[in-house]
Amino acid sequence: MDTFFVFFDKYLILIYLLIFTIILGFEVISKVPTVLHTPLMSGANAISGVVIIGAILLVRAADPNDYFSLGLGFFGVVLGMTNVIGGFVVTDRMLEMFKKKKK
Amino acid sequence: MAYDFFINLGYLVGAIAFVWGLRLLSSPDTARRGNILAGIGMGLAILSALFTREIAAPSNNYAWILGGMVVGGVVGGFAAKKVKMTDMPQMVSIFNGLGGACAVLLASVELFLMYKGTTAPASNGQLGIILGTVLIGGITFTGSMLAYTKLHGSIWDNTFVLPKHNLINNILLVGLLAFAVYLFILGSAAGTTLGILFLALALIYGASFVIPIGGADMPVVISLLNSFSGLSAAAAGLIYGNNMMLVGGILVGASGTILTVLMCEAMNRSLLNVLIGGFGGGGASAKGADGEQIAKEVSLSDAAIQLFYSQSVVVIPGYGLAVAQAQKIVKEVDDLLSANGVEVRYGIHPVAGRMPGHMNVLLAEADVPYDKLLDLDDANNALKSADFAIIVGANDVVNPAALDDPGSPIYGMPVLEVWNAKHVIVLKRSMNPGYAGIQNPLFFHDKNRMLFGDAKDTMTKLASELKGM
Repeated sequence: MDTFFVFFDKYLILIYLLIFTIILGFEVISKVPTVLHTPLMSGANAISGVVIIGAILLVRAADPNDYFSLGLGFFGVVLGMTNVIGGFVVTDRMLEMFKKKKK
Repeated sequence: MAYDFFINLGYLVGAIAFVWGLRLLSSPDTARRGNILAGIGMGLAILSALFTREIAAPSNNYAWILGGMVVGGVVGGFAAKKVKMTDMPQMVSIFNGLGGACAVLLASVELFLMYKGTTAPASNGQLGIILGTVLIGGITFTGSMLAYTKLHGSIWDNTFVLPKHNLINNILLVGLLAFAVYLFILGSAAGTTLGILFLALALIYGASFVIPIGGADMPVVISLLNSFSGLSAAAAGLIYGNNMMLVGGILVGASGTILTVLMCEAMNRSLLNVLIGGFGGGGASAKGADGEQIAKEVSLSDAAIQLFYSQSVVVIPGYGLAVAQAQKIVKEVDDLLSANGVEVRYGIHPVAGRMPGHMNVLLAEADVPYDKLLDLDDANNALKSADFAIIVGANDVVNPAALDDPGSPIYGMPVLEVWNAKHVIVLKRSMNPGYAGIQNPLFFHDKNRMLFGDAKDTMTKLASELKGM
């Protein structure tokens, strides 16, 4: 139990962030109309590309001779970036179609 | 000092841009700006990651990073420009999988570096997070890839379903969780072999849990995997202690969760029921098959005349419309009717397409203004005063058995109550039951007239009839 208390104290701010982001996420996303649910999903794809940050940090910290980390990290950057660019571009393509209103 | 401030500011503003961007998605008018804003937030976050000093003794290896970004950017950009709107579910599935793959990759590197002794043994919390990321990232990756092949049609339902597949899945899952706990207890002593085995099991389970899920349930599965891809990003964020990844991942997780719940509600099924599968079984008692019921037909020219002189029409599109590529021609009929003062709107069931909101996008692509696209509740209100409901390529979502036949497998599912309109016209190729194999009593309803033929073909003929008036 003591380890739990220590853990809780140490990561208190993180726990706040976690809980408030969950609440905020549900609040914001429940306001998205059904018409836009597909763009929401592809936009979410783009945002989940945020894992690219982890890949960047991994490659930056890797030893220049550690080809295991570099190779997989490189691959991680490729995957993350595909999501980021692909997600935002295709979402924009869709939302542009919704933008056109009656003439 | 100022340097670190700007790095952290980049993350902070990036996170706010994510939230604000999603907020702007609450209206089609502002949505595009919201997407761009979120994109800017992502750019800031990437810049911060590239230049942060939080890494002790970085060797940077910028060439590797930039190379990866160029490759990913080109692949992603190309895919995004080329993909057809009918193929959006496949694209989202692949992207779900890529997010999961990236997370599982990162976690695996951390895990194996530790096992090889390159890095110091992780703390308990750290190890737990790494194992959890391998688990959820791995499941997301292979699950999404399998969902993609199913949507793409290269793997048909039931191809690889083993006897007692759900039991096997449950055993796999329990085994996987127990294995994770075991590795957690062993700590860094577990070693590479066990690590690889764990990774492999997670990947196998991901594919295995999607295998028995039927094609009609794909909207639920895509949403669920969307949520998982966010959770795996958030979990990876915990590994690196990066708040930005955490915020982004949780937002995606929340979005996927909400959509999963909405899709389940739209089909009146629990998530568990979808995952366990077995749609359409035991529906033998469905009504409608009793006696020699005869569906009445309407001729094309009669239909055209009646529609032309009506006040309001609600079109109910189903996935059959997209399969027939008839969106454009439906819009043409819409224009011809609107020119005569007929109010034309579209009633869109949440599971009309293959993913949440899919049908809306397909119609928007055909230039249908979004204020004509009604969701389930609005459509049911509109139907009460509509002269005509035209059903194009939909079947189960307009089945009255969902309301009044407890024996029907879709009983309880919210449907578009088209029979409240004064008249109903069903466009259909033949009298065969729909996707789920359930007979539809609507076809024999007093108000209903059948218009047989290929959806696109019929709509084209209807358009030319209307032009002649």
